[in-house]
Amino acid sequence: MRAFTMKRFASLLILGAAFLLGCEAPPPESVQRGYRGTGMEALYNPDTLQALVNANQVPAAIPAVSSEGPKAGDIYQNVEVLGHLSVGEFTRLMAAITQWVSPDQGCNYCHVAGEGFEADTLYTKKVARVMIAMTQNANENWGAHVGGAGVTCYTCHRGNNVPEQVWTIGVPPRRAENMGHMMQNVAHQESSVYTSLPIDPFTPYLLEDGVARAQGDTALPQGHEASIQSTEHIYSLMMHYSDALGVNCTHCHNSRAFGSWEESNSERVQAWHGQQMVKEMNNAYINPTNDWLPAHRQGPLGDAQKVNCATCHQGAYQPLLGANMLADYPNLGALAPAPEAAPAAMEETPAPMEMETSSLDQGVMGGEAN
Amino acid sequence: MSMLSFEKKYRVRGGTLIGGDLFDFWIGPFWVGFFGITTAFFAFLGTGLLIYGAAIGPTWNVWQISIAPPDLSYGLGMAPLREGGLWQVITICAVGAFGSWALRQVEISRKLGMGLHIPFAFSFAIFAYVTLVIIRPVLLGAWGHGFPYGILSHLDWVSNVGYQFLHFHYNPAHMIAVTFFFTTALALSMHGSLILMATDPREGETVKTGEHENTFFRDSIGYSVGALGIHRVGVFVAISAAFWSAVCIVISGPFWTRGWPEWWNWWLELPVWY
Repeated sequence: MRAFTMKRFASLLILGAAFLLGCEAPPPESVQRGYRGTGMEALYNPDTLQALVNANQVPAAIPAVSSEGPKAGDIYQNVEVLGHLSVGEFTRLMAAITQWVSPDQGCNYCHVAGEGFEADTLYTKKVARVMIAMTQNANENWGAHVGGAGVTCYTCHRGNNVPEQVWTIGVPPRRAENMGHMMQNVAHQESSVYTSLPIDPFTPYLLEDGVARAQGDTALPQGHEASIQSTEHIYSLMMHYSDALGVNCTHCHNSRAFGSWEESNSERVQAWHGQQMVKEMNNAYINPTNDWLPAHRQGPLGDAQKVNCATCHQGAYQPLLGANMLADYPNLGALAPAPEAAPAAMEETPAPMEMETSSLDQGVMGGEAN
Repeated sequence: MSMLSFEKKYRVRGGTLIGGDLFDFWIGPFWVGFFGITTAFFAFLGTGLLIYGAAIGPTWNVWQISIAPPDLSYGLGMAPLREGGLWQVITICAVGAFGSWALRQVEISRKLGMGLHIPFAFSFAIFAYVTLVIIRPVLLGAWGHGFPYGILSHLDWVSNVGYQFLHFHYNPAHMIAVTFFFTTALALSMHGSLILMATDPREGETVKTGEHENTFFRDSIGYSVGALGIHRVGVFVAISAAFWSAVCIVISGPFWTRGWPEWWNWWLELPVWY
């Protein structure tokens, strides 16, 4: 009997130790996100939080220069999106972009030595032009999402040629028709954040016009239909939102009524505008570059590497924890004045209140995508 | 209320933990005892405060009445009555009433010369409640982490706390607790139906004995745990359900701040895969 008790005690100890594996120590930092007692809270491990702060330090700005004097477009040739800057501003921004995007390769990442700066020989230079216009457009037209801090090249690039977190269209398994992963049940951080949920929620919602709305707005089912599959795609997308921002569902939602804008935090509206912004970036700016991108910058299905929430946010609820780099680089704040402006924005996007009553989420996940 | 003929045998003095003979008497069918007094005190005070809270709140709709804990900014200090202080006092009353009730069970068990199985089992329910409103808030550093007292509002709290961890079904202790809850229901329904089968036969049939009960399970699953054993199983699965519920919520926050799906990375990171 005693031996049995000891054995039981020992196995309990082992079980207890297993549970402590990979756990954290109290107390965490906590933030209240709703009325008291609603359970809308954010919890952060102080060590993780410190690591996040360390990873989001902004590099020192290059000293500002005068906007007076001759324009870059008049002095240099083939300057499309920054021609309205003064030569000083233009040179300063080129130096900054080099520091942000190609600190190792320098100017030669985009320009071929001895060929003249105006040549569009390298695809990287053409990409840079599109990306600058995309950044200017985000700052000028998407204040509802990036307002306050704005975005610069550094927001995403952080010293990398290509931002660390980008996505391409998921590849369905080709073999073992009934044994394949069927685009789900794969522990995967980038998209489904270690769940068994679908691994490519981006194509329907950040590229195509999928409406992330599975919940009905009546207590009992009254004609509203959303498939389990589209529901899981939305859950997967929301997992991505949470992971990309380092927040949980209650950052935006009161989960008693996910779909209710009245009971949601204002960040949800901001996130909705973010979704529309990312869709525009992917369709109007990034996808067109695919015609001349080299294969190593494309996904397995031959599409360009695209933007999602993590591309800018990188684990922070505001990119760079809300640091306003745009204040130091106001030249990225607006598109170049016509006529040689960037690609026109997509069609008008509906306001959030209209979205709520818009068409139900049907047929979002067509057969082909899966 | 009249006393049943055999009750005199049980109405004997002694067994109290506190108060000696002072509260060792009956009111009608109820034995009083010191902890009966404290149970009544805390229960009436707590209920009265709940009603007061409803009275100063926005609604008398019984589904929507909610007494919410303080803002997190009050930390582990006291809050003004209307801003969560009421919740704090009601929590003290609830813990006082539940604890008194368990100790009252101890006294009655002692009085009857029984083991302490009943208060032992009941204490797991108290433990689950105390974990929610005392232990976890203390570990997290604020009373505001407790759940609100309201029929719907406490369910909304449960939902949101689940979504604080992105997908609560990946919480390993939650998995165990849910399994024990279902097992408890299964065990009780099978045991109940087995007893009804034996003791409530169809007309014309005779009452069956334990031999039938045992043989049914030996035939169907090869083993019968027996008349005593099934009650050990019952206590085990039921207190395990309460215990693992307490574990699953106390680890959420104090010992894990990220999504529960991510916790399972220890499996992906096992060195055997490389």
